[in-house]
Amino acid sequence: MADRSFEVARLPGFATIAITAFVILYLPIITLVAFSFNAGKSVAVWEGFSLHWYADAWANDDVKSATVRSLIIAVSASAIATTVATMAALGTTRRRQFKGQTFIYVAINQPLMVPEIVTAVALLIFFGIVKTWTGYQGLGYLIAAHAAFCTPFAYLPIRARLEGMDLSLETAAADLYATPWQAFRRVTLPLLAPGIMAGAMLAFVISLDDVVITEFVKSGGQDTLPTYMLGQMRRAISPEVNAISTGLLALTVILLTAFFLLTRKKD
Amino acid sequence: MTTQVTIAVRNVVKAFGAGDAAVRALDDVSLDIRKGEFFTLLGPSGCGKTTLLRLIAGFEMPTEGQILLDGTDISALPPNKRPVNTVFQSYALFPHLTVAQNIGFGLQMQGRPAAEVDATTKRMLALVKLDALATRKTSQLSGGQQQRVALARALAPQPKVLLLDEPLSALDLKLRKEMQIELKRLQTETGITFVFVTHDQEEALTMSDRIGVMSHGKLQQTGTPREIYTTPVNRFVASFIGETNFLPGTTVPGGVRIGSGAVVETATSRPGDVTVAIRPEQVRIVAASDPGAIPATITNLVYFGTDTHFHLALADGTEVVSRLQSGTDEARLTPGTAVGLRFAPGAAQVLED
Ligand SMILES: Nc1ncnc2c1ncn2[C@@H]1O[C@H](COP(=O)(O)OP(=O)(O)O)[C@@H](O)[C@H]1O
Ligand SMILES: [Mg+2]
Repeated sequence: MADRSFEVARLPGFATIAITAFVILYLPIITLVAFSFNAGKSVAVWEGFSLHWYADAWANDDVKSATVRSLIIAVSASAIATTVATMAALGTTRRRQFKGQTFIYVAINQPLMVPEIVTAVALLIFFGIVKTWTGYQGLGYLIAAHAAFCTPFAYLPIRARLEGMDLSLETAAADLYATPWQAFRRVTLPLLAPGIMAGAMLAFVISLDDVVITEFVKSGGQDTLPTYMLGQMRRAISPEVNAISTGLLALTVILLTAFFLLTRKKD
Repeated sequence: MTTQVTIAVRNVVKAFGAGDAAVRALDDVSLDIRKGEFFTLLGPSGCGKTTLLRLIAGFEMPTEGQILLDGTDISALPPNKRPVNTVFQSYALFPHLTVAQNIGFGLQMQGRPAAEVDATTKRMLALVKLDALATRKTSQLSGGQQQRVALARALAPQPKVLLLDEPLSALDLKLRKEMQIELKRLQTETGITFVFVTHDQEEALTMSDRIGVMSHGKLQQTGTPREIYTTPVNRFVASFIGETNFLPGTTVPGGVRIGSGAVVETATSRPGDVTVAIRPEQVRIVAASDPGAIPATITNLVYFGTDTHFHLALADGTEVVSRLQSGTDEARLTPGTAVGLRFAPGAAQVLED
């Protein structure tokens, strides 16, 4: 035998395990999508093709307002998270090592490690105090909470991009009469842009589908699409939820495809 | 005026780190670089060449000393305020810009009008023969082409000084020879002062108007290629550039008495124990009976094509190498033959050590 190097794919049973994993991952999603087109009320028995659940969802004012709210929160939170993450990435990679750098790194990534339910309860209590102090009841709490847990997701692709960037390019810009701001604006930022876009999209998707923290932080009448769906599921399962889920799924798939295209290694 | 000084380096020290761990990358370097000359910094890797360039460019600040440009102290100016441009060893071309945009970058940052940026960029593209590639991205270029873009980009703003940090080291031999000629042409055509860094002594000898030889953060000698080669001031310079015979000895009236007892006539002298340096091509082999010749025995013979190197031993065993054109005397000069050696007049140098 010429090639005796170890390959996981050659282990016995590899194909079986791989196929099982894919089936478990995707079969439920395929089922969900399929039944969103069901003519009947059942999410288990096929009764013919119809788009009327989509029409119902579209006509439902609760769905509409939840969608708008979800989008407002996701857009604001991902914008804030991306800005913070960009500055943090520049601060942690673009200078020589400083004391407390590891601490900052851990602090930024904290939401990835602390159980979400803990953060949710903490925010509920904290925002409760702030609410009684200030009397403010708006979407700001949700936006702030989402911005916080989206930041590490935005940070990672931006930092990865920065670390792969040649530092001598900024030196070259300075050598060619660029002020520090011009060097950032004309060289660093354009080269960083794919990382920033990827970070923003990841943050957007993460915000869009959050349930736990949103459920705890939201005030009355502040349902986002996922918490609205959760509420619906508690009563009766209807293909309308399937239709909304399919819509969310489509949006996510589009964004994640864009994310992978942007972060794909170019030569 | 050709003797006008463009860059004056005054007692510059550059230390990295602090306390006991400090590295003196430059140790009291003083140097004048003249307007319009092709000046080469030559020295082994780690001797401080890049550090000196980075100080002139403004990427580093001197720990001590000053750097003057046309008589003005620029030590405190940031790189973007210095009329000095660099060709980086890694080229550092902007990957998101086209060839033309790369070349125009400096002019744009200087705030020149768009028409002037375009015109100068066109002129630079023609100068480095890249007109056909103006709209390409730099990643689509070969190494040699990237090198030309880096040159054009640094020349476009017409700096007072162009700094080149081992720009040819990444190229293969054939391309390197071409680029050596190309660089000389660009320097003559633009009249810009070039400060060129290399660790390749042959490159330094063939390209430079003057050379500064560096070692361990110190400038060892400055001079024309001929001066550096024929009158090296110390053992380091003599051994780093070309091949040399070192003959230890003691100063006596009229020359130096070397170990074998023979007296070598030298132009200069200094009292006490010294070392005499003599290039192999200045050592002539004559008949053993020749009056005044230093007696020696041939030990070995190495054929190099146009030249043959004869390894010889003096009476006390000191080794001397003589380089002769091939095809003359090999038949007669076989290992074991007793011969005499004569040094070309004025060729033997007394070294400072
Ligand atoms: N930023 C730095 N920090 C610490 N030491 C450095 C730094 N830059 C250069 N040195 C040291 O200074 C010395 C000279 O380096 P350099 O100027 O790059 O040499 P060369 O270009 O001649 O090879 C080396 O010993 C190198 O390790
Ligand atoms: Mg170097």
